[in-house]
Amino acid sequence: MKILVCISCVPDTTSRINFIDNNTKFDTSGVQFIVGPYDDYALARAVEIKEANAGTTLTVLNVGLADTEPIIRKALAIGADDAIRVNAEPTDSFFVASQIAEHAKGFDLILMGRESIDFNSGVVHAMVGEMLGIASFSPIMKLDINGTTAKMAREIEGGKELLEASLPLVLGCQEPIADWKIPNMRGIMSARTKPLKVVEPKAVNAEVKLKKFELPAPKGAVKMIPADNVGELVRLLKNEAKVL
Amino acid sequence: MKVLVFVEIDDKKIRSTSLEAIAYANAMGADVTAIALGSAGRASLEALGKYGAKKVLHASDSKLDQPIAQAYATVITKALTDENAEVLVLANSSLGTPVAAKVAIRTGAGLVSNVVDLPDTSSGFSVKRSIYTGKAFSVVEVTGAKKIIAIKKNAAELKEVGGTAQVVDYPVNLPDTDFNAKITSTEKATGEILLPEADIVVSGGRGMKGPEHWGILEELAKELHAATGCSKPVSDMNWRPHHEHVGQTGVKVAPQLYIAVGISGAIQHLAGVNSSKCIVVINKDPEAPFFKAADYGIVGDAFDVVPKLTAAIKAAK
Ligand SMILES: Cc1cc2nc3c(=O)[nH]c(=O)nc-3n(C[C@H](O)[C@H](O)[C@H](O)COP(=O)(O)OP(=O)(O)OC[C@H]3O[C@@H](n4cnc5c(N)ncnc54)[C@H](O)[C@@H]3O)c2cc1C
Ligand SMILES: Nc1ncnc2c1ncn2[C@@H]1O[C@H](COP(=O)(O)O)[C@@H](O)[C@H]1O
Repeated sequence: MKILVCISCVPDTTSRINFIDNNTKFDTSGVQFIVGPYDDYALARAVEIKEANAGTTLTVLNVGLADTEPIIRKALAIGADDAIRVNAEPTDSFFVASQIAEHAKGFDLILMGRESIDFNSGVVHAMVGEMLGIASFSPIMKLDINGTTAKMAREIEGGKELLEASLPLVLGCQEPIADWKIPNMRGIMSARTKPLKVVEPKAVNAEVKLKKFELPAPKGAVKMIPADNVGELVRLLKNEAKVL
Repeated sequence: MKVLVFVEIDDKKIRSTSLEAIAYANAMGADVTAIALGSAGRASLEALGKYGAKKVLHASDSKLDQPIAQAYATVITKALTDENAEVLVLANSSLGTPVAAKVAIRTGAGLVSNVVDLPDTSSGFSVKRSIYTGKAFSVVEVTGAKKIIAIKKNAAELKEVGGTAQVVDYPVNLPDTDFNAKITSTEKATGEILLPEADIVVSGGRGMKGPEHWGILEELAKELHAATGCSKPVSDMNWRPHHEHVGQTGVKVAPQLYIAVGISGAIQHLAGVNSSKCIVVINKDPEAPFFKAADYGIVGDAFDVVPKLTAAIKAAK
């Protein structure tokens, strides 16, 4: 089996978000980058499937500039065999999906995260599936492969649905599909020499263009209410906040 | 401008987020046609007129009672052409979002998901979307002739404006290959208010000490017609089901009121609640970081404060 895992390189979940250049560019200063948390679940499940199925190969793919390479190496250290980096700034979901689709042909299983935590689009997997003409599902919280059949649990509003479909598949993953894996020393050493191919992007006609970024208005101060006066809270929720 | 709105039916009922999608299209000043797929009562479809739909296309083929995005995308792609609509509006959801992505690829439309506000059409067509998990917004311009807008909860005010929509049967021919998965079972909480759609959410964290203590939160939720949520460790420990987990890696909620009990307010939890209109925090630790993100706070023991709050709400009715 051939597995492809697509990873986004995103600011750590604790990052403060700021913009520069007249609110047109993300401010990377002081920001630590990580493998997207959902993509990390996808990668963890892919490694488990590879370990359980001899002869399985696992490739990771990232659309990003050269500064994402430490993150790609981390994915290699966790257990991927090789990597592809499409040398372009990931400016929009359709652009990213188009680049991934270029390199995703021939894989039996294409795993992604349910969403990136910078764009939060949640659409790249479905777009790639559509471009390749193969089925896609998200968010998948359980995945078992038996031959060419995948049994899955997909989260829906207020519960889950159990699904069965045939490979090839594109899936957006989330917990508890697997536990995040931490690279060990041997993995880190071997990742240094695993192949990382850099390819140039294909031209894409973007239908969506960024105009500017904005930050939310700062939050007002909290009003503290004594624990023995919950009636006051109810009154404020009714008359001041008007949410009851 | 002609706008098509995809209306989701869940157990023969129209999803409240889909009503918001109709209200959104109506607030755009558009000529609004809705499309509903699967079994639904005629009266509930006609009632979509209340929020501004003039016409409702109803693809009632019972095959569509299985919510398979591939098949839904086929129907909606066809309806976009048949209706000659410039914009498709739908609610972000486990069905709506993949449908939007598929239709975008099939029609070449520009897709923007997670949209939080009405479009600005003063020059071109720009919309604001939520990014960095609620920590920021981006304003993007959709340049293509066809546009797909997937909205987040509360992107438009749910206002009643009109009367009865004209319901038109919309027969479709679905290839078997569209049913590219077999849904073997669906497990869903019945009769509960769905967390992503709730106007009020009562959420508990590790401070609740154990699943056996959720009763006081459920009583509060019942009194408020609220959904219940929880922090990640709570669902990780299986105190609560996974679909109740709120935050960066869970459900992002956008209620009018979010009540957090025994949750410390880690940045990853806040990422899932920062679109709430009003936040109340109950925590015994006055230094809990959640208070900084709250509108109202009570320092106190959950087991003391929550039952009192439930009683006070009852008394105020
Ligand atoms: C990549 C990543 C993603 C994550 N995603 C999420 C996410 O999506 N959602 C999420 O929630 N977390 C997420 N986390 C975890 C997050 O960092 C916190 O660990 C978690 O939110 C803490 O949960 P908690 O507030 O319930 O528990 P704690 O931090 O243990 O807080 C318990 C709180 O309860 C209070 N308390 C104790 N007893 C009482 C009492 N009797 N009455 C009142 N208050 C009491 C305490 O003062 C304390 O503030 C993520 C972490 C990482 C690294
Ligand atoms: N720049 C990227 N490179 C590789 N994969 C990506 C990239 N951006 C997003 N993805 C994948 O697509 C998934 C969904 O992303 P999105 O549609 O942006 O929310 C992510 O969880 C990743 O698995």
